[in-house]
Amino acid sequence: MSSTTLSDNRRTGPQLHAKAGKLILGTARFAGVVVTTFLGLLAVTFFIGRVIPVDPVLAVLGDRAPASAIERTREAMGLNLPLYQQFFIYVRQALSGDFGTSVLTTNPVMSDIAHVFPATIELATLGVLIGTCFGIPLGVLAAVKRGSLVDQIVRVIGLIGYSVPIFWLGLLALLLFYAKLGWVAYPGRIGIAFEYSFVPTTGLYLVDALWQGEWEVAWDVFRHIILPAALLGYFSMAYISRMTRSFMLNELGQEYVVAARAKGLSESRIIWRHALRNAAVPLVTVIALSYAGLLEGSVLTETVFSWPGLGLYITNSLQNADMNAVLGGTIIIGSTFIGINLLSDLLYRTLDPRTRAS
Amino acid sequence: MSTLLHVEDLRVSFPSRSGMVEAVRGMTFTLGRERLGIVGESGSGKSQTGRAIMGLTPPQARITARRLEFDGIDLLSATPAVRRNLRGGRIAMVLQDPKYSLNPVMSIGRQIVETLRTHESVSRAEARARALDMLAAVQIRDPARVFDLYPHEVSGGMGQRAMIAMMLIAGPELLIADEPTSALDVTVQLEVLSILDRLVADRGMGLIFVSHDLRLVSSFCDRVLVMYAGRVVEEISAAELGNAKHPYTRGLLNCMPTLGTDRHPLPVLDRQPEWRL
Amino acid sequence: MSDTLAPSPPGTRAWLLSDRPQSRMQARLGRAYMNWLRFASNRLALVGLAILIALVLVAAFASVLAPHSPTAGSLATTRLLPPLSPGYLLGTDDQGRDILSRLIYGSRLTLTVVLLVAAITAPIGLLVGTVAGYAGGWVDALLMRITDIFLAFPKLVLALALVAALGPGIENAVIAIAVTSWPPYARMARAETLAVRNTDYLAAVQLMGASPFRIVLRHVMPMCLSSLIVRVTLDMAGIILIAAGLGFLGLGAQPPSPEWGAMIASGRRFILDQWWVATMPGMAILIVSLGFNLVGDGLRDALDPRESGR
Repeated sequence: MSSTTLSDNRRTGPQLHAKAGKLILGTARFAGVVVTTFLGLLAVTFFIGRVIPVDPVLAVLGDRAPASAIERTREAMGLNLPLYQQFFIYVRQALSGDFGTSVLTTNPVMSDIAHVFPATIELATLGVLIGTCFGIPLGVLAAVKRGSLVDQIVRVIGLIGYSVPIFWLGLLALLLFYAKLGWVAYPGRIGIAFEYSFVPTTGLYLVDALWQGEWEVAWDVFRHIILPAALLGYFSMAYISRMTRSFMLNELGQEYVVAARAKGLSESRIIWRHALRNAAVPLVTVIALSYAGLLEGSVLTETVFSWPGLGLYITNSLQNADMNAVLGGTIIIGSTFIGINLLSDLLYRTLDPRTRAS
Repeated sequence: MSTLLHVEDLRVSFPSRSGMVEAVRGMTFTLGRERLGIVGESGSGKSQTGRAIMGLTPPQARITARRLEFDGIDLLSATPAVRRNLRGGRIAMVLQDPKYSLNPVMSIGRQIVETLRTHESVSRAEARARALDMLAAVQIRDPARVFDLYPHEVSGGMGQRAMIAMMLIAGPELLIADEPTSALDVTVQLEVLSILDRLVADRGMGLIFVSHDLRLVSSFCDRVLVMYAGRVVEEISAAELGNAKHPYTRGLLNCMPTLGTDRHPLPVLDRQPEWRL
Repeated sequence: MSDTLAPSPPGTRAWLLSDRPQSRMQARLGRAYMNWLRFASNRLALVGLAILIALVLVAAFASVLAPHSPTAGSLATTRLLPPLSPGYLLGTDDQGRDILSRLIYGSRLTLTVVLLVAAITAPIGLLVGTVAGYAGGWVDALLMRITDIFLAFPKLVLALALVAALGPGIENAVIAIAVTSWPPYARMARAETLAVRNTDYLAAVQLMGASPFRIVLRHVMPMCLSSLIVRVTLDMAGIILIAAGLGFLGLGAQPPSPEWGAMIASGRRFILDQWWVATMPGMAILIVSLGFNLVGDGLRDALDPRESGR
C-alpha cells in the first residue's frame, strides 16, 4: 500500500497523495466496519443457536432424530470443543454458505434459501418502488403546500402506517379485494395453470414472464403480487412521504432557494430540480432503510399471503423448531441489511459532491 | 438620468402571534442608474426592502405601497410570470453568503448557465461560452476549471464572484446586493467590491447596496439611506456624510473605531424611542 | 432551598408562568406547565392522551368492565355470534368467548409488554449512550460497535430467532423485543451527551471535583431525558406492533390468554365469513398504537421544537 502511494506522490504532488491516503484509510475503516458488523451478526446468531439452547443438537435436529445422527451432528458442530473454537468453526461454515440441513425439508438450508429468496426480493422491490413513486411526490407536495389537504393526507397516511399491524391490514385487504371484489388472485405467486409450464430464469417471476414475452403469465403473476406489494408499498410510502416532507421543508428554507428564485426560475424547477435534488441525498438513506424494513415486513406479509419467500420459510421453520433454517434465514436477512446499508452509503457519496472522494 | 425604480410608501408586514409586525414602514425613494446604499442595523428592514422589490418576500407577508414601479412596470399588480421574468433578467440580487446561497449539489457552471437559459434561448454551447466569459469578467483566472467545480470546492471570495457572475449573466439593469461582502474575509472584501464596482459602472446598472457598514457604503455609493426601525431616518449624499444631522446616523458614525485616539468607554448607540415615529 | 414556600403571587397560573422563579421548584413546575400548555394546544395529542388514559383504566378495571369471562365460552350457544348480538357487543369467537371481554383483558397484556420493554430498554440505552459519549476513546468505539451490530439486525427477525431459541411465551417475547429495541436509545443518548460534553457548565462541575459517575448521572443523563421520553413513547407503538406480530405467529402469549395478535391469528381462519373475529383485535391494536404515536408526536413538538415537523 505504501509503495503505491509513494509513487503516486512522485507523480502528482503531495495534495493528491494526501487525498489518496485519506481514501485508502476511509475505505479500510469502511471495510472494517462491514467486517465487524458481519462478525457481530454471526456472533449473535451463534449465541442464539448454540449457547442459549440446553442441547444445541436437539435444537437443530429435533427430538425425534436417531441417536447416530445426533452423535454425528455433535461432532460436526464441534460441541466438545471450547466455545471460541466452536465459533471459529461456525464462522467458517457460514462463510462457505453452510448453514446446516433443514429438518423440515431435509435440504441444505442454503439451497432452500436460494430457492425462496428471489420471491422475497421481488416482493420487497416492487413494494419499495410503489412506496417511492407515491411517497416522494406526496411528501414534496405536502411540504410545498404546508397545511393543505395533501399535507393532512400525508400526515394521516403516516400516522396509520406507523400504527397499523401489517398482517391485520393484509387480512382485511384480502377480504376486500380477493373475497368480496375478486380483483386479485390468492394465494401464492402464480396460478395453478402456469405453475408447471412456466420456467423462470432469474426467479423474479414478473421480470421473467415479461422477458419471455409470456403476457398471460405476466398478468397472472401481477394479479398475485400486486396486493402484497401494494401493502408493503403502503408502509414504505408512509415512511418515505413523511421523511420527504421534512427534508423538503428544510431545503425550501435554505438560502440557495432564495437565490434560485432571484434568478427567475419557475417554482416547479426550484422544487424538483434544486430542492428535491438536495433532499435526495438523505432520502437515499431513507429509501434504503425502508427497503430493509420491507424485507423484515415480508416475514409477516408472506405468512398472510402464502407467499413462498424467505419470510414464509422462516415462519414455517419456526413452527417446526427448525433452528438451522431460522438462523440461516436470519443471517441472510441480516447480511442483506448490511449490504443495503453499504450500498446506500456509497450512493450517498456519489449524490453529494461534498462527500465525493475525488 | 432616467428613473429606474420608484418606491413610495412601501410597507412590509408579517403576521405574528401578537398581530401584524411591520418590518418596513413607509419607505420612499427613487433610483436611477446610480449607486444607492441602504444602511441600518439588523432588523431595520433594509433587507426586506430589497426582497420586496425582488418579489421574494415570504407568502405570508403583506406588501403595500402607493407606488412600486420598475421601469414603468407596476410591480404590485404584475402577474407572477411577469415578475419572474424580471427576476434575474432585469433585476438581480446578490445574497450574503455564497456558502449557503449557491446550490451545493450543482456545479458552478451549471448554475450560471441556468440563469442565462431561463431568460434567453441560447444553445448549450453558446451558454457555456458566455458563462466562461462571465467567469472571466469577475476575474476568475481559470474559468474552465471553476466551471466544473462545486460550491464547496471554492473559497468564499471565489464563491461570491461566481454568485455575481450567476446574477449578472442575463444582463440585468438593476442589482440589489444584500450584504454581499459581510460573510467574506476582510482581505477579500475589497477585491469583490471592486469587481462589483467595475461591472456596475461598465454596464451602467443601478445598484442598491444593502449593508450595516456605513463607512463601506459611503465609500462605495453615491447616495445613502439610513434606516431605523423600518423607516428612512436620513437620506444623504455620500460625500456629505460628515455633516449627517440625524443623531442615529451620527451614532453609527461614532461607533467606527479610529486609530490613534483612546476610546474609553466604547460608545454605545443610544436608541431614542421617538426615532421610531 | 429554604425559600421554596415563598409567598405565591395571586393566581397559581401567574406563579407558574413567572419569569423570575423564586426557587428551583418553581422554575421546574413553571417549565412543566409551559410544556403542558404547548402539548395541550395540540388537539390530536390530547386525543392520543385520552386513548392512553382509557387504556390504563380499562386494564386496571378489566374485571369490573368485562361483561363475560375472557377465557371461557360456550361452544353450544354462543359460537361465532356477529357483533351487536344481545349481550355480545363485538360478537364472539370460535370458542364462544366474548370478544369485547377478551379485548378488555388483553389490554393488560399489551400494557405489561410495553411498560416492561420500556423499563428494560430505556435505562440500558441511556447508560450505554451516556457512558460511551462521556468516556470517549476505546470505550466509545467498543460500545458503539456493539450498538451498530444490533442496529444492523432486522428487529422482528432477531426477535423471532430469539423466541425460537428461548421458547414461546410472553416473558420471552418481552426479552426478545427488549434485546432488539435498546440500540437506538444508546445512539441518541450518545449524540446528546456529545452535544453537552464540552459545555462550560460541565467544565464547572468537573472543576468542583465531581466524580465521573456523578457527572454522568446528575448532569448528563437529565439532558438526554426529554428526547429519550419522546423516542420511547413513539417506539411504544412499534413495540405493540412487534408484540402483536409475535403473537400472530404463535410465539407470544400462549392460548387461551387473550393477546390481541394471537386473537387475530385465530380469527384468520374465519376471515371470509366471520370477519369480526380477526377485525376487532386489529382495531384495538390500531387504536392503542395510534394513541402512543399521537402522544409521542405531541411530546416531541412540546419538548423538542427543533425536531417538530419531522
